[in-house]
Amino acid sequence: MFDLTEDPISIATLTEQLRDETCGAFVSFDGWVRNHNEGQQVLRLEYESYQALAVKEGDKILAEALQRFPVARIACVHRTGSLEIGDAAVWVGVSAAHRGEAFDACRYVIDEVKLRVPIWKKEHYVDGDSGWVNCEACAAANHNHDHS
Amino acid sequence: MKTIHIEYFAILREQADRASESLITDAATAEALFQELQAAHGFAAPRNFKVAINDEFSVWAAELQDGDRVVFIPPVAGG
Repeated sequence: MFDLTEDPISIATLTEQLRDETCGAFVSFDGWVRNHNEGQQVLRLEYESYQALAVKEGDKILAEALQRFPVARIACVHRTGSLEIGDAAVWVGVSAAHRGEAFDACRYVIDEVKLRVPIWKKEHYVDGDSGWVNCEACAAANHNHDHS
Repeated sequence: MKTIHIEYFAILREQADRASESLITDAATAEALFQELQAAHGFAAPRNFKVAINDEFSVWAAELQDGDRVVFIPPVAGG
């Protein structure tokens, strides 16, 4: 199940929910907030989502992964709101009979989530500037707008 | 004329200076609606933007119906 939360991700609880006696493998991915991006020092991040479509698209990705790979259970949770350096922004967990499929499914889910789910992040930099990631053209236009 | 409800996120929410609005418009398609809003709010060119109608991904040429809820989606950056 795909979920969005404004609270810290409860990794231990999520992991327990993926336990399955048919499974010999559990693989997870944590995405952490990093202190730099594209040569700039990052202070904190803000994540914003289009909740209705994000949950729908996230669930679709998990369903695709369950179809493509012989795995038992998958969960993915993404944070929204203001996050500090080192916070977990996203978590993916997969349980499966064997490790190979679990790694493959986990990789598929995080790659597709980053590509398709309508979630945006705004970086706040040490130098006081800020910007929406992956939207350089819009950010540039916005910057000009601010100073016009 | 029809009434279209628009929700804004991320860069577009900041540029429009609002999270949503309802508009009475002649715009026939999602693309025409974006152009109308672009003129009103000074949005940047929608490079790699997507569009959703009633919480489903759609296409720019989609014909708008009275009461539709439209969201323009700037490049996403989850993770």
